[in-house]
Amino acid sequence: MNKKYDITVRNCNLFYKDFHALKNLNIDIAENEITAFIGPSGCGKSSFLKVFNRMNDLIEGCKITGEVIIGDMNIYDKDIDITMLRKEVGMVFQKPNPFPMSIYDNIAFAPRTFGVKKKSELDEIVEKSLRRASIWDEVKDRLKKDALGMSGGQQQRLCIARALAASPKILLMDEPTSALDPISTGKIEELVNELKENYTIVIVTHNMQQATRISDKTAFFLLGEIIEYDKTENIFSNPKDKRTENYISGRFG
Amino acid sequence: MSIRAKYEIELKNVFDNLVLMCRSIELMIENGIKALVNHDMELAKEVYEEDKFINRMERDIEQNCLKILLMEHPVASDFREVSAALKMITDLERIGDQARDIAEITIQIGDKEHIKQLEHIKQMAEYAAKMVKDGVLAYINRDLALAKSLDDTDDNVDNLFNTVMADLVELIKQNPDNAEQAIMFMMIAKYLERIGDHAVNIGEWVEYAITGQHQGDNF
Repeated sequence: MNKKYDITVRNCNLFYKDFHALKNLNIDIAENEITAFIGPSGCGKSSFLKVFNRMNDLIEGCKITGEVIIGDMNIYDKDIDITMLRKEVGMVFQKPNPFPMSIYDNIAFAPRTFGVKKKSELDEIVEKSLRRASIWDEVKDRLKKDALGMSGGQQQRLCIARALAASPKILLMDEPTSALDPISTGKIEELVNELKENYTIVIVTHNMQQATRISDKTAFFLLGEIIEYDKTENIFSNPKDKRTENYISGRFG
Repeated sequence: MSIRAKYEIELKNVFDNLVLMCRSIELMIENGIKALVNHDMELAKEVYEEDKFINRMERDIEQNCLKILLMEHPVASDFREVSAALKMITDLERIGDQARDIAEITIQIGDKEHIKQLEHIKQMAEYAAKMVKDGVLAYINRDLALAKSLDDTDDNVDNLFNTVMADLVELIKQNPDNAEQAIMFMMIAKYLERIGDHAVNIGEWVEYAITGQHQGDNF
């Protein structure tokens, strides 16, 4: 039987020392859907995203309570292998962050880490990942070149390819296009839309139009709480909560 | 000025134009029937000409709404208000056409003596003009009860239509010479009945703007 990769969160609280950053969050994120997190800066959406692959573990004084279940495993169980968790739950950040090495080595990094040694096998993974990230044609003749020499949009697609090379099931994206021009943004949005066939995608975005263009569901965050979570179309045409309405239509204060 | 304030000004511009368009259509309906009852050809011609203004207003408001959609990307209730306005002006424009058609028939009838008193048609016109006014008012004031009341008023218009039709059939039976004018009155009654239907459409879009639900969803 295939493993499931939906995400279920129950009563999740997150504290940075004394600061109660996430307050009793509950959400069900479906497989093979794109879920957008929106909300003002500092509302907790990025913190919550990092809960899904335990990135917050690295932060001193960070404490998380509640249940976060991916498929049928509670990822905060003591016996969870975090490396394996991060292999299955990939992440793409706001600023493209290629490793200072060749394009090829960037992509081959994760498979090598997980024990793939054969050159032919690595070649295959590198090509497949770059193709999936719609960047193969642009880089196939310069795979040995330094990844830092690429444009911002290319670097971001490289980072997506690098995340895909670990064959994750869930892809977390933290404002993946905020530093990119509309053409690169368009390419990444198309890519995300194609990827959802095989991945569960959660994307944090400050771009409302991006949320309406690509996501199936949208969650609105405010001051560490999920105020409203619904089909994206409902959130943007007929939000139930006045605070959601005020935020998305630019009515502050 | 904040972006939000700029948006509100643009939306208010749409509201103001809608009120103007609505007022002008009410007058077309009222004056159209006055011209018919009094054989007033000058007034009928005025009503006929007024339709050009209505068509221009429709274009203006449409442009304003499309510009808002393009430039401001409104969402939630903002989006619903602008889309509702876009849909409402189509109905308002059709109502203008129908008022013009009534004026055209009035001109055709000219000075010929009427085969009957026009009491029921006058009542229909009063209801129709009120429905248009209520529809736009409900939109401006976000008055859901008023928007929903249009359905009931329309029942009155439909009942009057049936009365007018029965009267005219009787008149044709009595004397076939009545047929020509009876058919013209029949058309006028039908136009008024259609105006009621368009006003009901307007009410449904107002309901959508306020609640996010459209009556049409139920079908």
